[in-house]
Amino acid sequence: MTTTSPTTAPPAISALGLCKSYGDKVVLDGIDLAVPEGTVFALLGPNGAGKTTTVQILSTLIAPDAGRARVAGHDLTERPEGVRAAIGVTGQFAAVDHLLTAEENLLLMADLQHLPRREGRRRAAGLLRRFELTEAARGPVSTFSGGMRRKLDLAMTLVGDPRIIFLDEPTTGLDPRSRRTMWEIIRGLVTEHGVTIFLTTQYLEEADQLADRIAVLDRGRLVAEGTAEELKRRVPGGHIRLRFSDAAELEAAARHFGGAARDLDELTLRVPGDGGVPALRAVLDTLDDAAVRAESLTVHTPDLDDVFLTLTGHGTPDTATEMAR
Amino acid sequence: MSTLTHAFGDSMTMLRRNLRHALRYPSMTFSVVAMPVMMLLLFTYAFGGALGAGIPGAGDGAYIDYVAPGIILMAATAGAVATAVGVCVDMTEGIVNRFRTMSISRAAFLTGHVVGSAIQTLIAIALVIGVAVAIGFRPDATAVEWLAAIGLLILLTLALTWLSAGIGLVSRTPESASNTPMPLTFLPFLGSAIVPTDSMPTGLRWFAEYQPFTPVIETLRGLLMGTGIGNSGYLALAWCVGLIVVGHFWARAAFDRTARR
Repeated sequence: MTTTSPTTAPPAISALGLCKSYGDKVVLDGIDLAVPEGTVFALLGPNGAGKTTTVQILSTLIAPDAGRARVAGHDLTERPEGVRAAIGVTGQFAAVDHLLTAEENLLLMADLQHLPRREGRRRAAGLLRRFELTEAARGPVSTFSGGMRRKLDLAMTLVGDPRIIFLDEPTTGLDPRSRRTMWEIIRGLVTEHGVTIFLTTQYLEEADQLADRIAVLDRGRLVAEGTAEELKRRVPGGHIRLRFSDAAELEAAARHFGGAARDLDELTLRVPGDGGVPALRAVLDTLDDAAVRAESLTVHTPDLDDVFLTLTGHGTPDTATEMAR
Repeated sequence: MSTLTHAFGDSMTMLRRNLRHALRYPSMTFSVVAMPVMMLLLFTYAFGGALGAGIPGAGDGAYIDYVAPGIILMAATAGAVATAVGVCVDMTEGIVNRFRTMSISRAAFLTGHVVGSAIQTLIAIALVIGVAVAIGFRPDATAVEWLAAIGLLILLTLALTWLSAGIGLVSRTPESASNTPMPLTFLPFLGSAIVPTDSMPTGLRWFAEYQPFTPVIETLRGLLMGTGIGNSGYLALAWCVGLIVVGHFWARAAFDRTARR
């Protein structure tokens, strides 16, 4: 996806030692970042890691306690106006005017971007079409679904043709279908318009799908940074977890699964595997052939929890998928 | 384009946004008109006979000419409550943070709110005057006196609107934004809106004579009904301009503070 070489082009976003505290609570504890132009950068972390605070600082909404940052070539504290003219922000909570219609929201943005009236109308109509909101354009936003609101929110960000876009948890709370649509839109922005995207997410899959580089944020510190592949290599693979009713059954099963890890206290067996249907069928067939009965089966795919466990030594709330009993 | 043209253009955009809100959801504007109209009917028909009999020259159904200028002020205070609630509710919307990350004039958001609210309040005042005239209010003002009265009402409305915009910004909930300006709505009663201050007991009378609404009411009454104004005109002007300046800077500072948290 990257066309510009990071070594020659100045980074679209760079930060050095960003710190922010609210009272005794340290939210950001020295963040260094460099995002090359035309790339997608994901800040991955659980709730409360400091993702939103980072976006708020980089988008001039709040001032850092310490540290410096440059966005689009402008210093954040010295030339916030220059930064604001170059960026667009779509927050976690829809920043739309609920009392206006979708079209009026877009025209409001066009006016605030000081576009000529005709150009504003043209862009608003184009964005409504592109985000499939044309039919709902004249209805009040208060009747919109979460997915429509998020699309309108992003459309409003795009009215000003920003070169750098901040997306704070763009798909949190969306259903899987709306999430896919959002991902396609974000990909289109990068490939067709060459914008730089700084996105935050709680989902490894989302970062994996979209980002060129991923940084993992934990309790206000960056604990890892790299491409999705680099990070995944540091994470243990997925596994299928089998639970048995007694130790004898567990022992019997373990003989048929080489490379599986036993947990005698929990009476479980961790069989490495990606959780796909063929892998599952193989496991079930092996159990059948051995005439061993498993109590339950759980599929565990590598997720943020694994990344966190590996990188920080503590996890986020369990996200394993309970499959069957 | 210069910064000043942008500041003006952005403020106009914000004003259009607020007026559109008001047109689409007119319940707040309606309450700003309803409260003073109820007061007007109450004081003219229910209490007017008894109150008018105690005021020189206001007996025999002439009490409406005394009380109408005071009621007109109540429309301005009702507008203040609506402004505080409107600003407070708007601040809870995510779109304000979007405005802050855009390259737009910092003052535009508040200017749009204040001018929009002031226009609504002035419309409410005009409606109240209309109702008053319909039920027997007979001002004897000349064109110049009308212009002066309108100018004074605009200044008063701006003063109350800037103050209540500040109240709306420092209020954490729309409920407290609606309660905090309450004393403002009572001040006209503790001045010369309903009865002359010299009919009050000494302590209250002292307060009534020196609070800001009394000189405004006396000036308005003088302009519309030809009663003596004395130094009330200068006092009214000073109060209004003073409150506009204080309210403006307070609200601007409060808006900047909410950004930094």
